[in-house]
Amino acid sequence: MGMFERLMALDRRWVYLILGLAVMAGVKARIIIPIPISQEARRIHGFVDSLQAGDAIHLAMDYDPSVMAELQPMTLAFLKQCFEKRIRVVVSSLHQFGPALAAGALDTAVARHFERTGERIENGVDYVFLGYKPYPALIILGMGQNYRIPFPNDYYNVPLDDLPMMRDIKNYDDVKAVINISGTSATDWWISYGNGRYGIPLAIGVTGVMATDYYPYLQTGQIFGILGGLEGAAQYEMLVNTPGPAVEGMSVQMIAHAIIILFIIVGNVAYFARRKSLPQGSGSV
Amino acid sequence: MDWGTLIATTIAAFITLAIFSFLYKDNPFYKFAEHMAVGLSAGYWVLILFHNVAIPNVYQRLMDGQWWYIFPTILGALMWTRFSRKASWISRYPLAFYIGIATGVAIPLEMRAKVIEQLNGTVGLIEYWRSPGALFLTSFNNTLILVGVVAGLVYFFFSKEHKGVTGVTAKFGIGVLMIGFGAAFGFTVMARISLLIQRVQFLFFDWLHWY
Repeated sequence: MGMFERLMALDRRWVYLILGLAVMAGVKARIIIPIPISQEARRIHGFVDSLQAGDAIHLAMDYDPSVMAELQPMTLAFLKQCFEKRIRVVVSSLHQFGPALAAGALDTAVARHFERTGERIENGVDYVFLGYKPYPALIILGMGQNYRIPFPNDYYNVPLDDLPMMRDIKNYDDVKAVINISGTSATDWWISYGNGRYGIPLAIGVTGVMATDYYPYLQTGQIFGILGGLEGAAQYEMLVNTPGPAVEGMSVQMIAHAIIILFIIVGNVAYFARRKSLPQGSGSV
Repeated sequence: MDWGTLIATTIAAFITLAIFSFLYKDNPFYKFAEHMAVGLSAGYWVLILFHNVAIPNVYQRLMDGQWWYIFPTILGALMWTRFSRKASWISRYPLAFYIGIATGVAIPLEMRAKVIEQLNGTVGLIEYWRSPGALFLTSFNNTLILVGVVAGLVYFFFSKEHKGVTGVTAKFGIGVLMIGFGAAFGFTVMARISLLIQRVQFLFFDWLHWY
């Protein structure tokens, strides 16, 4: 068996092992590489930065633990910016496995803000967590009329009318924009029903797998910014001057991508070399 | 680290390693973790629905005297008749109600957001050429998008044989599609590697405290 035959017959577990070891070495090395910031990320950051203290924004955290690697750093970076600017945040989670993650992200962001500044961020005053309801499209439409229709109470079962922050917030007219951080098709609902029906300015943070699907909406102006996958999260961490797991992860991405590219090149060379060496008309290789 | 956190992170680490063990081959640890994830997810969802929907949106509203909520409640309850062979026909009424509302709401809004706006965005790009202040690069990009969309559509036009101008356009169209797939594949690789990175970060830093 020649070298190319051996390469073509390589057990895929060797690929997993090499990639796994490379990722482990990269994570341990904790190298920070420069992260170029995209216009799409800058627009979201610039928009939030232009708001005044006391303005409200809606953060829709529609994702589950399977994609938290990409989206949780985005959420934490975004919450940091809002809390530092004293922008009030209405948080919802239209994914059934999202509420615990959202509550955890809020607790972490509040604790970190207190550690950094000594200022307390209070539930019901600086942010409100609405929790989860099923049927995203109907919930998005309902919130456009009045947050109290789908969410009479918040996640902690407190009536919205009893929360000081919600006294002057009735519907989307009272928030400056919706930032949808999502690993699901909820982003489609926000585009069609949030932006399409109510015209609320919308920006999105999505997983890498989803990112290419949503760039057309950026070009038409239906969304004003997009953060795609870990790269988008790393960009936002840099924009809020808090390099975290996403920024650290990008150097590991670089190593892993180099290995994958190498495997693709070697695999293709082996494939074509083997095909060339076979007699013509010998069928599939 | 307190004992509670230590136990929780150790369980999470064990589940992570059990799932990764599938990369070597299928085994009982993987099966256990997989089944547990399915069971936990179902249980969690039931509780979330009960506490976040059934209590505040149904029970509390009815208790507050908002009696008209009894109608959607009855419609919802009728869905359960699907479990009976004899009475399952009743579930068609709430289903018809739901489909009717959902269709009525969805068609105009989806049409506008996904078709009209996108068409407008593509065809409207020609306006850039007319604008005296338009940058050359912007105009070039916009034209490329328009040509790419048309060529992509021609590739899926099977009423005419792909020969001559149609063939060349279709070939350009498939090229555009391949570039799109390539970009999507690149993003997908990044996404999958991100998941691995986060799990390794969890194992090293949160579980082993191996900074």
